[in-house]
Amino acid sequence: MKIVGISGSIVGSKTRTAMDVTIKILKEKYPHIDVTLLDLADFQIQFSDGRNYLDYEGDTKYVAQTVMDADALILGTPIFQASIPATLKNIFDLLPEKAFQDKVVSMVVTAGSAKHFLIPEQQLKPILSYMKAQIVQTYVYIEEKDFFRKAIVNDDILFRLERLVEDTVMLTETFAKIREAAYDF
Amino acid sequence: MMMKKYRLDPAKGLEFGLYTLGDHLANPYTGDRISAQKRLQEIIEMAKLAEQAGLDFFSVGESHQEYFATQAHSVVLAAIAQATSKIKIGSSSTIISTSDPVRVYEDFATIDLISDGRCEIICGRASRVGLFELLGYNLRDYEELFEEKFDLLLKINEEEVINWSGEFRAPLKNAKVIPRPKNGYLPIWRAVGGTPASAIKAGYAGVPMFMAHLGGPASVFKRTIDAYREAAREGGHDPSKLPVATAGFFYVAETTQEALKEYYPHINEGMKRTNGRGFPKQLWAQGADTRSIMNVGSPQQIIEKILYQHEMFGHQRYIAQLDFGGVPFDKIRKNIEIIGTEILPAIRKYTAKKEGETK
Repeated sequence: MKIVGISGSIVGSKTRTAMDVTIKILKEKYPHIDVTLLDLADFQIQFSDGRNYLDYEGDTKYVAQTVMDADALILGTPIFQASIPATLKNIFDLLPEKAFQDKVVSMVVTAGSAKHFLIPEQQLKPILSYMKAQIVQTYVYIEEKDFFRKAIVNDDILFRLERLVEDTVMLTETFAKIREAAYDF
Repeated sequence: MMMKKYRLDPAKGLEFGLYTLGDHLANPYTGDRISAQKRLQEIIEMAKLAEQAGLDFFSVGESHQEYFATQAHSVVLAAIAQATSKIKIGSSSTIISTSDPVRVYEDFATIDLISDGRCEIICGRASRVGLFELLGYNLRDYEELFEEKFDLLLKINEEEVINWSGEFRAPLKNAKVIPRPKNGYLPIWRAVGGTPASAIKAGYAGVPMFMAHLGGPASVFKRTIDAYREAAREGGHDPSKLPVATAGFFYVAETTQEALKEYYPHINEGMKRTNGRGFPKQLWAQGADTRSIMNVGSPQQIIEKILYQHEMFGHQRYIAQLDFGGVPFDKIRKNIEIIGTEILPAIRKYTAKKEGETK
């Protein structure tokens, strides 16, 4: 099983911190899983121009291909201007329409305050549904006050991240087994 | 006959052909990939087998990216022209956007002469776009390149002396594009994906339509065909004089379950490599239903499906893609054999017009 984490912004450090913690939990609990973290700040990714993702080159192709090869994705995103950052939306725009079919997708969200709690519900989930993802319904929403100097200091957040990781893996394994059992090809 | 211009005689029933995209992929069961040379030889052999089995048409596609072997598809068609004597041949498709229509016409008219009047052109826009960079074109001109060059190709077909100017090619002044095809005219089709948008363009222009389909219910594709005919009518053309052809996956085995099971890994792995996404299992499993457009199944099931589609679409030709994704040659041979002995006779029997029948 391949799980890919995405840190969806090239600004700041909180989403990356949250993703580092998430990936650490994932690796410790499930050492057999092949885990990759893509921090979009580490890549030069071009804007989508509508071509098939296989026709891009360099970082753009690498990131798109890594996402497409995953069985599950854990998306880390901040909230910018009451929405997801353009860098993350661009990843979706680079991919085929049904890119997340047969993939489980879960979300880790960082924000300055509680004001934006419903942004992932109302803006990110519809995109993921459109792209046919099996969404882990509960997301972990982390506020400014839960961080201190590049660490998460709220145990409740840490517990919830553990549950998110477990749900992501369990659903991915379960859906794979169901597909396996349903068809003989 | 009403479709003589396109060398079709609907009274003889639905035409049946084969097409290959010229993909060059490993057999997913063994992981082995034959050489490009071997693949090209097999494609020519496949055309010969199709002719021997009594099929009407064989075509080869142009693709310039990795995992394909027929970049020079017109050269392959020339070899097929020489290796066969009756079967009609064509491209599926020629990416006219990134080629010079004059050169394309010269090539295909030449193949038409070599084949004694059997050659056709199907023009498409390419689903993958690596060739734009390879051949020195700007992807932003994707639509315009196709429309302008396709128009020029059609003009060359209609007029022996050309006066033309456009954006993407040097102007032509009293130019004679030679040689001319055997009967002075080549059937030229527009390739269309499943959606009505591009079908409507073909209809308005009064150009025959070749519609490709992957999966889903046949009734969805009926809308595209209806939109095409409606647009043709609005454009002042008589839809009853414009042929429609369909193209899609085909695989026959003793039982429908066996056919679905055997072909799936070829399609799934092949599409991952050439298109970036596998084929969903649910959609594939629904291929067992007679109403599904995918002609995969037992001989009887396929006959029922094709007749169902013919009744719904009223099309003149169906072409089958049975070699995608590294299908071993013995299976290709077996498929063609069953088409020739079981499927084709039934299709002709039920779609040909009987003596005295007018419809």
